[in-house]
Amino acid sequence: MKVTFKIWRQENPNAKGDFKSYEVDGLTEDMSFLEALDQLNEELVLKDEKVIAYEYDCREGICGQCGVFIDGRAHGPHANITTCQLHMRSFEDGQTITVEPWRAKAFPIIKDLVVDRSAFDRIIESGAYISSKTGTAPEANSIPIPKEIADKAMDAAACIGCGACVASCKNSSAMLFTSAKINHLNSLPQGKAESSNRLNQMTYQMDLEGFGNCTNTGACEIECPEGISIKNIAEMNAAWMKQKLFG
Amino acid sequence: MHLNSKVPEGSLEKKWQNYQLKSQLINPANKKKLSVIVVGSGLSGAGAAATLAELGYDIKCFCYQDSARRAHSVAAQGGINAAKNYQHDGDSVYRMFYDTLKGGDFRSREANTYRLAELSAPLIDHFVQQGVPFAREYGGTLVNRSFGGVQVQRTFYARGQTGQQLLLASYSQLYKMIHAKKVQMFPRSEMIDLVVINGKAKGIIVRNLVTGKLERYAADAVVLATGGYSRVFRLSTLAIGCNGSALWKAHKKGAFFAAPSFTQIHPTALPQSSDAQSKLTLMSESLRNDGRIWVPKQKEDSRKPKDIPEEERDYYLERRYPSFGNLAPRDIASRAAKERIDAGFGVGRLKNAVYLDFKHAIEKFGLETIKDRYGNLFNMYKKITGIDAYTTPMLISPAAHFSMGGLWVDYELMTTIPGLYAVGECNFSDHGANRLGANSLLQASVDGYFILPNTINNYLADEIKADSPTTDHPEFNKAEKEAQTHIDKILSINGTKTVDHFHRELGKIMWQECAMSRTKEGLEKAIEQIKTLKDDFWNDVKVTGNQNEMNTELEKAYRLADFIELGILMCTDALQRDESCGAHFREEFQTDEGEALRVDETYSYVSAWEYNKGEFNLHKEHLEFEFVKPTVRSYK
Repeated sequence: MKVTFKIWRQENPNAKGDFKSYEVDGLTEDMSFLEALDQLNEELVLKDEKVIAYEYDCREGICGQCGVFIDGRAHGPHANITTCQLHMRSFEDGQTITVEPWRAKAFPIIKDLVVDRSAFDRIIESGAYISSKTGTAPEANSIPIPKEIADKAMDAAACIGCGACVASCKNSSAMLFTSAKINHLNSLPQGKAESSNRLNQMTYQMDLEGFGNCTNTGACEIECPEGISIKNIAEMNAAWMKQKLFG
Repeated sequence: MHLNSKVPEGSLEKKWQNYQLKSQLINPANKKKLSVIVVGSGLSGAGAAATLAELGYDIKCFCYQDSARRAHSVAAQGGINAAKNYQHDGDSVYRMFYDTLKGGDFRSREANTYRLAELSAPLIDHFVQQGVPFAREYGGTLVNRSFGGVQVQRTFYARGQTGQQLLLASYSQLYKMIHAKKVQMFPRSEMIDLVVINGKAKGIIVRNLVTGKLERYAADAVVLATGGYSRVFRLSTLAIGCNGSALWKAHKKGAFFAAPSFTQIHPTALPQSSDAQSKLTLMSESLRNDGRIWVPKQKEDSRKPKDIPEEERDYYLERRYPSFGNLAPRDIASRAAKERIDAGFGVGRLKNAVYLDFKHAIEKFGLETIKDRYGNLFNMYKKITGIDAYTTPMLISPAAHFSMGGLWVDYELMTTIPGLYAVGECNFSDHGANRLGANSLLQASVDGYFILPNTINNYLADEIKADSPTTDHPEFNKAEKEAQTHIDKILSINGTKTVDHFHRELGKIMWQECAMSRTKEGLEKAIEQIKTLKDDFWNDVKVTGNQNEMNTELEKAYRLADFIELGILMCTDALQRDESCGAHFREEFQTDEGEALRVDETYSYVSAWEYNKGEFNLHKEHLEFEFVKPTVRSYK
């Protein structure tokens, strides 16, 4: 199959970017979207041009490093997958496919389709941990955790940190990301001791990074590769309100 | 050179305790004055960096990804083993040690393997405390499942995302220490060379992957936690960025490379569908708990799987290995699949796969139970193939996976370069010639959290008096200049072929001759082919762009240059071992039933290779089995 990629090219964070079109032939439906870009890059090398910078690592949907806007949707036309799991069978022969980086103030562009998501790391480092040093843990079965609670924590903990939630939100909000992490740790008995500090520090850092707030459009949970529910946001907001009202 | 494994005195149960009693300690005030570089931030690197920082050392941690959370530990699916005996099924530290030693076909060091089992139970305690949402019973206690090569249930898991959950716990602990200003983190930074001063590891040269500039970092010790090198086969279950360059540079600077050819081929990956493919996605071994593997009894059978009646199916693992069945160890399951595929019984469009079928499990346990156990794996399968595995069997095929080989380390996890340590998959220590499922997350974690923080002090205690190294030392100038020359050379070739072209060629040679089945003739041919490929690469590769910018093509090129040389060493290693053991199967050495034929009298050693100007000198660490008598490894 043959497609035309219309791709955002930007030399560096300060340069002015622009779309550039590339025709790629000889693709097959079994190829992944990133493999099609790999092929384009090989062709560019042979034409003596600079390759397009885009991110990926595991290519099995778990590391969270890949992620581009494809025809106006984070991670492409399907709900709940990563860019690396998208295959060319999802496109028509002869189609023009527009590819852009995540667009959010808190995710500045580094080059072409690569953005800086270190704001997420800073939200994590502000409180997404349990302060127990290596070697201090009690016996694992000494604190039973009912299955429903462990399952709920796991649902929230599944976040891969790709940033699709921010990219698809009209407010560039990171509330799905932040709330999922808070709920994962705050729902477990081990995380309880620091729950209120975690809530305050992480939401404070989230605002500081320049992410917007949630207005409940629900776009994030559709694009989230792990299908993390926006109920997490409601729960975080409820916890926050409760804390303000009752201390 | 005599390889001193530094295994401590005493009975197996007492060795680790005896070691710690005799090891030198450092008082907290002095720890602050000592700095350690950790290269890699996966489970072993993040665990080591966080724990060393908690102890008070000054830590710098480097990773090539944009965040430590991307490291490929994230992709391990099925679980982590621990000898807790929660299931009351006869498990113990000793049994776990024995299973691991036997699983590795008696080619690992007894004392290290025992320590791995010994430290497994406290590791589960640690991760639960860090907030890992392991699977639980309704009553709230932890659940276990089985993995290949064992007959007890000792695997702990968090759905099919165990690696992700353990990594994120380690990542959180690491970033907690970054926030506390005890660790400096350098993401998008790749180690380009090791700096050795007066015979000791004292720093690294790093390429900043955003600016492209070379940078220098000095420390009192260097820890490599850079993972496996199975991307040498190009198609593998590893992340695309995984590479062997840090190991290779250390090897060239004097670190011995142990058993490089011991590579695990995982039996349950998705089959290759085209030449353009970049990756073989793994489907967790845990699926073999409930899935049954089969091929049609009739060659070239083109019927749909559901149209093939029971009596015309060959459940070949159950047939050949009745006591372990579908849970035979990985090397055995992979070879059995290859045997059937090569004999013409393969299924799928390219006839390169076998079926993994859940029909019986769904009938027995119900759809909901199977969904609960493996839901995310079935979803992943559907996303990639477009096929619903609840109604039709999965197509699976063997793929290059884990590196049992790696830098040679002693009991302290120190390489042959004083002050240079290797932890996690990048060392050779515990798995011998084949790793058991769910022991990888375990080894990475135990190395990083529990072992290294208790051994590095024994070296650093003597470094307190030494002057701290600085980056203006002539050895830093020399190493940076060499790195610069290497990069300049790659960029100046301006040939006619892409880096991926050469990687595909290398992968084909390695897969053909140095994977599941090896022969003397094939390996000799492969070495010549790779040497030719190396010449061709250095004359005809084309890389566009410059050094001083983000240049993903250049990154691929210098990683591949090292993979090519590593490929030669892997074949050399496989060639010298005239026996079959674990994942190393030499066709000349097999029993009448087609099983591996070990030759203990001659080959009961760890091969440790010294780099010598493009040649490799073999050293041997003889394995002494003081407590266990090696037997023929049978899973029948």
